[in-house]
Amino acid sequence: MIKFTRVFKAYPKGDLALKDVSFHLRKGEFAFLTGHSGAGKSTVLSLIHAERKPTEGEVRVSGFNTTSMPRREIPKLRRRLGIVFQDFRLLEDRTAEENVAFALEATGARSNTIGPKVVRVLTQVGLAGKAKAFPKELSGGERQRVAIARALVNDPFVLLADEPTGNLDQRATRGIFKLLEDVNASGTAVLMATHNLDLVKNSPYRSIELEHGEIVFDSVVDADQEAAR
Amino acid sequence: MSLVIREAFLSFRRAPSLSILSIITIGFALFVVGLFGLVALNFKEALEEVGERVEVVVYLTRGTPETVALAAYDDILTFPEVESVDFVSADEALVEAREQLTEFQGLYSDLATNPLPSSLGIKLKPGFRNEESVRAVADRVSGFRFAEDIQFGDDWIATLDRVRNIAAIIGLVVGAAFALASIMIIGTTIRMTIIQRAREIGIMRLVGATDSFIRMPFLLEGVVKGALGGVAAVGLNYAVFELVNRTLLQASFFGTEHILLIVAFGILLGFFASVFSVRRHLRAV
Ligand SMILES: Nc1ncnc2c1ncn2[C@@H]1O[C@H](COP(=O)(O)OP(=O)(O)OP(=O)(O)O)[C@@H](O)[C@H]1O
Ligand SMILES: [Mg+2]
Repeated sequence: MIKFTRVFKAYPKGDLALKDVSFHLRKGEFAFLTGHSGAGKSTVLSLIHAERKPTEGEVRVSGFNTTSMPRREIPKLRRRLGIVFQDFRLLEDRTAEENVAFALEATGARSNTIGPKVVRVLTQVGLAGKAKAFPKELSGGERQRVAIARALVNDPFVLLADEPTGNLDQRATRGIFKLLEDVNASGTAVLMATHNLDLVKNSPYRSIELEHGEIVFDSVVDADQEAAR
Repeated sequence: MSLVIREAFLSFRRAPSLSILSIITIGFALFVVGLFGLVALNFKEALEEVGERVEVVVYLTRGTPETVALAAYDDILTFPEVESVDFVSADEALVEAREQLTEFQGLYSDLATNPLPSSLGIKLKPGFRNEESVRAVADRVSGFRFAEDIQFGDDWIATLDRVRNIAAIIGLVVGAAFALASIMIIGTTIRMTIIQRAREIGIMRLVGATDSFIRMPFLLEGVVKGALGGVAAVGLNYAVFELVNRTLLQASFFGTEHILLIVAFGILLGFFASVFSVRRHLRAV
């Protein structure tokens, strides 16, 4: 599914952001990515959606080898992923449903297939009633729901979430987390970078902890990774 | 596809003044080229008209037998450049002179002998009414033994040729300068649009839009601007043509194929300016 093998990442003019990182996220798995600010969580996620390439080592994502794949293959990979961020990344001049539809239009979906899909995911995230609202008319939690709906509309096999609750209060955080659990229950893997240790502690899911670019703790170390070390 | 079209027209709405400026510069570039095109076109027609009068006249040595002159006549007719040859005998020349130069009628009627030579007037085919061909024919004819003098209007033919070439060169140079300006302004518009739309472009990439899909609205926008600029240029050219026609002289305007050519040039200009700057600026976002 997603497999890092001895991955190193150096930014230009920077120290190593990742050092010898290996892990394997299985189909349908839910995992947290934790660690202090600057530990390398966002870097891990950016290697998965091929925004960056590893300096050394191999990143495999569902049959794609992001180290060696040509640039024009990247869109194909991204259509199979869902990605959400702390800052939602919605288009302010479009309604909730238009923001979701945008992901389909931008990938050249046939226009008659768009409407039903948008309704389905907005219902799934509990925002069917706010389809016509603009982002500024929505709460932070609701905006993140729109972003999650947009991430889900292409039926991804994994949802990557970079601090999705970072801008939300406790109540909204619980709501979004519950939604991510539901998404996971319906078969989509979830990889969630977070600072919220309460969430991690009180959940039964795997957690991978980074420190200065190295994995210092992984609650599930499988045989492959042992072999890689 | 609808997203592409919507995005393309969005930038007209978001940066209307820059968009209009792009259209105006493309329009001006093509207007200037078109203007000189019009000059060249009308010159060409004028040249064709006077060209019919382009003539190489061979004055024959006095006493050349008419049979020799007629043999030369047949010979000259076989030249590839020659359309027609007109033999004017000395007597005919005198009659003509009397008719045309009425003031001297008395003078000519008093003459005991005819002072005028007989001549061969050579007219050239349309494609050969230029300085080179005139010279070539004159040179060949001067080889004839009986050719006393040869006259052709080489000076003004050369001048007309030169004026036409200068008009074409000025048109191209000024047009190219405006074309360059329009490419730069389109580039600036695109850079601004890309900066304005950095967020959208980022999201498009995130959800898996291809580079060519992201580029398409910009290219479409360039094509539309180019087409509008081309139409504006034709309109301006027509206005100038009308003005000249009413106040100065009878001129002629472009045919349909020329008009289509101008609009096509506008489209190409807009398209390539967009391709060029989108490639450059999208990398930065
Ligand atoms: N574009 C970049 N250029 C140079 N260095 C970078 C860049 N992005 C991140 N880094 C560096 O790489 C390291 C890891 O950054 P990363 O963003 O992955 O951390 P993080 O765990 O996501 O932190 P946070 O919790 O604050 O989001 C940091 O030292 C950071 O300064
Ligand atoms: Mg981060």
